Amino acid sequence: MLYFSKLRVFSVLIFTLIISYFTISNFTKVDDEFFSKNIKLGLDLQGGSYLLLEIDNEPVITQRLQSKVLEFKKFFKDKDIKVRNFVIEDKSIIFDVENSKIEDVKSLLDDDKSEINPYFQQYKSHQFNFENMDTSFKLEFSDYGLVLLKNSSLDQAIEIVRRRVDEVGTNEPNILKRGNDRILVELPGLDDPGRIKSLLGKTANLTFQFISSSSEESFGTEKLSFEDGSSEAIVSKRIVLSGDNLMDAKPTMNNQTNETVVSFSLDRVGAKKFGKATSNGVGKRLAIVLDGKIISAPEVREPIIGGNGQISGNFTFKSATDLALLLRSGALPAPLNIIEERTVGPDLGKDSINAGIMSLIIGFILVVAFMFYKYRFFGLIANLALISNLFLLVGILTLFEATLTLPGIAGIILTVGMAVDANVLIFERIKEELKNENNSIVAFDSGYTKSRTTILDANITTLIAAVILFFMGSGPIKGFSITLGVGILTTLFSVYFIARLITAYYVIKNKHKEKLI
Amino acid sequence: MKTIYFNKFYKSFNILSGILIIVSLVFLVFKGLNFGVDFKGGTLIELRTDKSSANITKIRDSFNQMNLGDVSVKNFGNETDFVVKFEKQNSNDPQFIEEIKTKLSNSIGTVDFRRVENVGPKVSAELLRSGVIAIALSLAAMLLYIWIRFEWQFSLGAILALFHDVIITLGVFSVFSLEINLSIVAAVLTIVGYSMNDTVVIFDRVRENLRKYADIKIFELTNISINETLSRTIITSVTTLLALLSIFIFGGEILKGFSLAMILGVIFGTYSSIYIANPVLVSLKVSQRTIVKEEKE
Repeated sequence: MLYFSKLRVFSVLIFTLIISYFTISNFTKVDDEFFSKNIKLGLDLQGGSYLLLEIDNEPVITQRLQSKVLEFKKFFKDKDIKVRNFVIEDKSIIFDVENSKIEDVKSLLDDDKSEINPYFQQYKSHQFNFENMDTSFKLEFSDYGLVLLKNSSLDQAIEIVRRRVDEVGTNEPNILKRGNDRILVELPGLDDPGRIKSLLGKTANLTFQFISSSSEESFGTEKLSFEDGSSEAIVSKRIVLSGDNLMDAKPTMNNQTNETVVSFSLDRVGAKKFGKATSNGVGKRLAIVLDGKIISAPEVREPIIGGNGQISGNFTFKSATDLALLLRSGALPAPLNIIEERTVGPDLGKDSINAGIMSLIIGFILVVAFMFYKYRFFGLIANLALISNLFLLVGILTLFEATLTLPGIAGIILTVGMAVDANVLIFERIKEELKNENNSIVAFDSGYTKSRTTILDANITTLIAAVILFFMGSGPIKGFSITLGVGILTTLFSVYFIARLITAYYVIKNKHKEKLI
Repeated sequence: MKTIYFNKFYKSFNILSGILIIVSLVFLVFKGLNFGVDFKGGTLIELRTDKSSANITKIRDSFNQMNLGDVSVKNFGNETDFVVKFEKQNSNDPQFIEEIKTKLSNSIGTVDFRRVENVGPKVSAELLRSGVIAIALSLAAMLLYIWIRFEWQFSLGAILALFHDVIITLGVFSVFSLEINLSIVAAVLTIVGYSMNDTVVIFDRVRENLRKYADIKIFELTNISINETLSRTIITSVTTLLALLSIFIFGGEILKGFSLAMILGVIFGTYSSIYIANPVLVSLKVSQRTIVKEEKE
């Protein structure tokens, strides 16, 4: 165990130096992307906001079922099958079929090539499962159909969330999918997430609908309240135009009224629709509805042909900016709820870094002093191993751009405390061996050999804990498991290559000396 | 070095451990744990006030006027810092936190919200579940590892020592109503690793000595092994405790609970390797035949 080839010495040295370089690169500036890596600080250290959003898919399911009902009606009509009494209830579609066609409907729904109830070969599942009682059919989404629906609404939502966050312009936001109905948004450096939260909390479904004068409208009417809660109005259910046709929106000043408004421009289809509707509706009031609330309902004085318009409604410049942003980024497929929020202010982050570094320095000094006191020269060897261990640990974390969190710093300090264990096991074993063995080289050699399995056992147990924590933990705790786990690997390296190398060199030089350790 | 007769006190310390475990379990069952917002849901606000204006009573009064449910206010680190926790978490109102801040500033002067955590009921239930799974999984993994590496008598000893450490550490948290949050789960897992580590070192030596000496009774043999590894046990726990104490004292308020749990765990872990794991070997009458038989198979 004490022999090292020249090549081995050389490679240990080179490896240690290269990795250590990355530790140092945290404190220097070099004009090269690869050579100026910095360790990434977690939100708890640099300050920032962590938001976990959950999509409320209920409205999407209802919406899909509604459009599915229309599809069914058309489909059966084409097939000359009479169906009636369509009801959407409890997330399922219920309808009746004429007696003679029950079997036909069954086979149409069951067919692997069915166009009305698509079959997914790889998942062995239709989009809908159905039950049949007499003439009544009940359809609901199959598990896979539901997953498909959730995934597609998640994909849409994450796109919109990304656009909205980007528009606000925070630095390096991190937006990730979590499961099939959640979105994780990390906003480093963001002190006050209030604005982002209110932007993400809005579905931003914009529609233009005429205020109805009489209740006998062919599309039906609905009662909507104004945004400011001041009053209510009866609005036709017919949607003149929706936010989908919007190309751009920005806050502007209306020169005549000196009022902040949101001006928008429509795409060609939208401009055509809007032009037609406003030509027919001169004199009527057109309600601008956002998420079921009327923002304003101005009177149409003349047809609006060019595809440009303005939304007024007691805006401040800030609220107009936000509304324009929402309209530009598009509507969410479903409402998002913030189910977890963690925000750390930048000064607390700074305090945490300082406290973490302070305790690391003090813990390190205490351990180093104690080891020197216990083992003198060999304490120095262990301490050298400890220092290189720290450099390797931080270097590897930097190289792989791992995220350092406050518990992660605690993991580094803990590694300092536990890393000496391996050297202690070896030194104690050597002491025992020296009692019965005069040749110190043999004693050192067997000290290393005999302690090896124990050291492996002892470190594997901690590694198991770190790995489990890595897979089960989240955020800051994950940071702890990373430093703890990587720390075990660098500890073993520094003990078996660096400390052993120096020990070997020293012992071979001083083999005749009494009381080596 | 002088031999210490640890084995003389096996019985008395086993009784002590038994009592501690029962007391811990009674507290855990009847008093329960003080779960933080991570596991219970709700809102946590760490705030800093001007020097002059605020004290706990004032802050509690102004929060109580806001209808937020159960409010707890604690000093956090120094005089001007406080942690406020309450059940309500209204994440769908984006101005929720902002409004609290405004109301609070009106009644006690300028406040700075240094940290806000807002955890919904669904998330907290999931975090709790994954925390419990993580701890259970790590215990199972340790059991598996030690079962592969050692004979079953040793595994039983090591696992009993682990349960002992985890139960008593949680018991202390229950008795003193210390907060259980995500970092405590990390601490418990690390304790599991450390306690196992410590036990394994002594067990390795016991097994080695079993091979060496056929005629020494296990009662004596465990004592010899404990003594032979004693200086390592002491040095390692001292350096680990030095590191942890440094976190506890200088690492800031957020790491206090974590480092405290670890300190307790290291102390119990060291103790249990000697006084739980070894007596189990003695009462299971482990002998040279135990390991020879296994090795033949």
